[in-house]
Amino acid sequence: MIDKQYLLNSKQVASFVARGFLRFDELVAPELNEAVMAEIDAGSIKAAAAGTPLSQCYPAPSAIGRMLNMPEIQGMIQSLVGPDPLFDHHAVHVRQANEGAAQGMHGDSIIDTRMHFDIQLMYFPHDVPLDMGGTLIVPGSQYRRINEMDIARYQNFLGQIPMVCKAGTILVLHHGIWHCGRQNKSNTKRYMYKIRLNPRVRQLRLWNTDDLETENAKHKPIFTRETNAVEDIQTILSRGEPWFEDAGARLEVVNRIKMWRFLTGDNNFDVHYWLTRLENMPENLQLAA
Amino acid sequence: MAKVRQKVLVLYLGNSALDSNVKGWSLYDGTGRDHHTTGDSDTPPYKTGLAALRDGWRVIQFPQLNPPYPNMEYTTSFQMYEFIFEQLEEIHD
Repeated sequence: MIDKQYLLNSKQVASFVARGFLRFDELVAPELNEAVMAEIDAGSIKAAAAGTPLSQCYPAPSAIGRMLNMPEIQGMIQSLVGPDPLFDHHAVHVRQANEGAAQGMHGDSIIDTRMHFDIQLMYFPHDVPLDMGGTLIVPGSQYRRINEMDIARYQNFLGQIPMVCKAGTILVLHHGIWHCGRQNKSNTKRYMYKIRLNPRVRQLRLWNTDDLETENAKHKPIFTRETNAVEDIQTILSRGEPWFEDAGARLEVVNRIKMWRFLTGDNNFDVHYWLTRLENMPENLQLAA
Repeated sequence: MAKVRQKVLVLYLGNSALDSNVKGWSLYDGTGRDHHTTGDSDTPPYKTGLAALRDGWRVIQFPQLNPPYPNMEYTTSFQMYEFIFEQLEEIHD
């Protein structure tokens, strides 16, 4: 097991549950970025069979293996999908210079109705300025039930995030998040390494839960500024995205509540009373009489 | 006789009202003058659907309001409020 100091904390995991991603800028050192670029250029990054434990996938010497073995990266992996998850697949995405169009908006793989989730790590080994494109993600889209490219007609959303970043940046994604490769208008080829990992353990309190207090689950006054001003788990999970529809935004909070219950095992947890109200179906005839 | 081509604007609004706020957008230009693609803009072309009407776009599709399928009441999926607009432009070639 990785040292606890490298695991995610509860607020980071809550942000992942709400927005479907976590971002770590310039996490990988320049020397390692350059070694990975050399492996990409040499075509020497070989894929293991789907379902292979990650620890067996990149035997030394492998720059990609060194990157994945960084304690910070092992910490985020273990916090979300547990120790030594299964390798699903990897890809070195290359966007040609001065290309004509972006990739269509999509969710990866096929429609997936599980609460259990895979993660995808995206690694940007070189600087990605805006004109080079970069992956575009739609925060909070991970629970929408769609099938891959069915959403390709969506070109832009309020609040979408184009990944403009420095070399060594890591993005951790819920498998369902909507994304695409933006158009590369620069004169330079763009690279991005992606790996998908499947959990081998029940995803229950895998992160550092030292900051997970019982206070987090207590009901609070709702529809008040005072409640919303407290930056706690409930507030993180209740925050909408600019592209959410007015009413659909409330259902997205319900999606997050269900995921937080799944991840913590606390089936009474709620945000803004959304589920507790629906679960209130008294059978006490004496009080009703 | 001048040739006419269609430009299509798709606005994803915040609710079923045409004057609600734009949340997402797509543009397709049949004249070939502009080439729109995924992730090419962070700023919507209009604040509301009504603002597009006032700028000369003709609405050609309103989204249907259908009740959710049983057991799908809390499921989120595609954007629900997809309004489609058109403009017809002359081209000279």
